[in-house]
Amino acid sequence: MKKSAPASIINKLLLVMAGLFFYTASFAQDKPVSEDLMRSNGKIYVVVAVCLTILAGLFIYVISIDRKISKIEKDN
Amino acid sequence: MKKSWWKILSFVLLVYTVVAGFLVAVPDLPIVHQSIRNLYFHVCMWFAMMILFIISFVYSIRYLNQSNYRYDIYARHFAAVGAYIGILGYATGAIWANYTWLTDQNQSFGSILKEPKLIGAAIALLIYGAYFVLRGSFTDIDKRARISAVYNIFAFVMLFPSIWIIPRMVGSLHPGGQGGEMGNPALNAQKDLDASMRMVFYPAVIGWALLGVWIATLKIRIQLITDKTLLHEEISPGVNNK
Repeated sequence: MKKSAPASIINKLLLVMAGLFFYTASFAQDKPVSEDLMRSNGKIYVVVAVCLTILAGLFIYVISIDRKISKIEKDN
Repeated sequence: MKKSWWKILSFVLLVYTVVAGFLVAVPDLPIVHQSIRNLYFHVCMWFAMMILFIISFVYSIRYLNQSNYRYDIYARHFAAVGAYIGILGYATGAIWANYTWLTDQNQSFGSILKEPKLIGAAIALLIYGAYFVLRGSFTDIDKRARISAVYNIFAFVMLFPSIWIIPRMVGSLHPGGQGGEMGNPALNAQKDLDASMRMVFYPAVIGWALLGVWIATLKIRIQLITDKTLLHEEISPGVNNK
């Protein structure tokens, strides 16, 4: 299998980077949680995000049904 | 998809409801505490139900006026979505009551069952349930449309004593009953509802009601396609069948 040198180097580099990422990620759990937006105010923003996801899902569903009916109406 | 500004408005208002409903500060009252935010969800279900029943009622009157089968379909599906939202209001109320009246206010389960607004809402929903049973029991389409339109008007009128008048005349755990300090929950702008909560509550009512109307229009459009042949047969001079 012929492989150009730069490509294989990039592949190895990506592998190392991925390893580093998971390595630091595994450490992040031991650290005290950082006070970013999602974790402030007793993590209420997480609830907001969950509700917005449900709402978005509901609306996407309703819109898709609406579109399907419009298509059937056009065919008739 | 039929593009309509009110569908977009519904989405925008409900996103606003969720974001502002969770994040805007609310007055910290005893027992309810943060659960007062249910006002934007549980109470809105009943308001949306009421709005959908009003629309259904108007179409039933229009049916009796013009005998247009289209209006019978409209009345039926607005009532159906209204009743469904009413059931959601009941379910959310059960959860809310469990964590306020039942546990933190030490009300017995029996006193919650005796709660006049619960009984009234149950009666109102059962009356609407009978509307669908009545509809299903006819084979003749014209008879079904006419009699169920009359019954729908009766069902709508029965909403007023069962959920608006009687629960306010007797002692009630819900705000607004006799003996409570609150006069008119949600609607008295001066003292009963905090200004910041009204800023979320009213848009929330409109948003939920518009979502209900949207779902009802979808059901109506499906019914209109299925009953297309019926509608064509029915075209008569003087009736606007579009």
